[in-house]
Amino acid sequence: MIRQFALPTWGSKMTEFITAILTSLSSGAIYALMALAIVLVWRSTRVINFAQAGQAVLTTYIGYTVIQRTGSYWLALVVAVISGAIIGAVIDRFFMRPIFKRVKSGPIVMIAPVVATLGLLGIIQAIIGFIWGLTNQSIEAPVSTGGYKVMGKVIAFSSYNLLVLVAVAIAMLLLTILFQRTNIGLALRASAYSPEIARLSGIKVDAVRTLGWAIAGASGGLAGMLYIPGYFLYPNAMDLLLVFGFVAAVIGGLESLFGAVAGAMILGFAINFSTTYISQKLFFPTAFIVLVLVLLIKPSGLFAAKKSRGA
Amino acid sequence: MTLIVEGLTIDHGAIRAINNVSFKVPQGQLAAIIGANGAGKTTLLRTLSGLKDATSGSASWNGVSILGKRAEDLARSGIMHVSDGKSVIAELSVKDNLALTGLWQKDKKAVTEATNEVIELFPILGQRLSQSAGSLSGGERQMLAIGRALIARPKLLLLDEPSLGLAPLIVEQIFQTIKSFVKKMDLTVVLVEQNAMGALKIADEGIVLNLGSVVAVDSAEKLLNDPAVRSAYLGF
Repeated sequence: MIRQFALPTWGSKMTEFITAILTSLSSGAIYALMALAIVLVWRSTRVINFAQAGQAVLTTYIGYTVIQRTGSYWLALVVAVISGAIIGAVIDRFFMRPIFKRVKSGPIVMIAPVVATLGLLGIIQAIIGFIWGLTNQSIEAPVSTGGYKVMGKVIAFSSYNLLVLVAVAIAMLLLTILFQRTNIGLALRASAYSPEIARLSGIKVDAVRTLGWAIAGASGGLAGMLYIPGYFLYPNAMDLLLVFGFVAAVIGGLESLFGAVAGAMILGFAINFSTTYISQKLFFPTAFIVLVLVLLIKPSGLFAAKKSRGA
Repeated sequence: MTLIVEGLTIDHGAIRAINNVSFKVPQGQLAAIIGANGAGKTTLLRTLSGLKDATSGSASWNGVSILGKRAEDLARSGIMHVSDGKSVIAELSVKDNLALTGLWQKDKKAVTEATNEVIELFPILGQRLSQSAGSLSGGERQMLAIGRALIARPKLLLLDEPSLGLAPLIVEQIFQTIKSFVKKMDLTVVLVEQNAMGALKIADEGIVLNLGSVVAVDSAEKLLNDPAVRSAYLGF
């Protein structure tokens, strides 16, 4: 179904085009945070962490409670990110590590940890239900969600969308510095690429892995606090975002942080452009059309890490 | 400081990889463990460096048991294992690979010094610092892996097949380099090799493994001249 325009002018077409770009960027930015959370855990632990949707929504509920008590979104944002990191670390240290210790060989090695994260997702969502109930809550955005006016027309891009973009850009910058410029970043990368060599070099890979889970949890916490103000808060509120983050991560090759962000942006653009120019109904299918196309053309993802030459 | 292995037995699932193996390597000595593919050499080294659990027996370094300890803790205590297959991280630069063993050392000046010494020992690494380790040749990778271990200032070096897959000329060069820095740094070395000839030539002592058991222990020189060892492992 193609949208009908009553004699569209260049101006309105242009506005629509620019709006589509901006909304693509801001939704892509949120997918990127989820994709990063998934890639960070995958790199360090070789597990797709389905519990991430639960972790992120739990931290958003914590943020919600902070807002209820103090009225400050910003304080809530900080608390959510920090508690996301703590929850991530705790899950790895007291849940995943014992599972890995017990499950050592056979086909169950690949499956057990992933199934465990699925179980954990259910448990976290149930706990949320017990504490906060199952009804929809909402978090008010800290800045205006009213669209900017461009050439006399209100577009679907607001101060809040801008905030999301800036926040995610800052988060990416910090992550890049951490990974590329610090010793901790080198330990994180080495442990991800080759746990055995890292270990033989004296790096405490288990601790580094827990740190990876913490960073992933923080990223998910940020995603929740940025995503929920446009929607409602309920125990399953982040499930769809997890799927999109997962798709973005796979498009990006699952290994690369840059790939996760690029995959998320590709997804953001594909979804926003297909819904703007073709049909609103394409919101969900587009993600999977892109996924299948990428897997057909380049199964290892678009930005899979370069392999070494020869052996 | 002596490496003492006594009655060590290691299982690979249902398969006995190492059976009741005993040997000693005194401080400053280079012991070559030779034997055919599947003799259990690599398994033995992986156990000594904490990557694999032993089934029974004991192993100690400097009077302290090293079994059941974590690989990263053993590495920090001066037992460095250079695993086979050119153990470098291909995705990281040469510089970052070398930096790994310096990350946890408190004395950063000593790390810089050790790094400079390694680059002096393997000048080619100095020219390739910003290149990815994956772009190096096999010999260069082996130098990088050894260099990384040396930066940790190890006391006991466990080398697994440094000659694997290298051209004969490079093998010769690697063995000679090993011999030179071992003496200079007063290292104790366990060198596991299929290239028995090359290994015995630079070793003080040789240990011959066959199907997980020690079949001969003697000075490297004697083993080189032992007709039985020559026909079985040296091929002439």
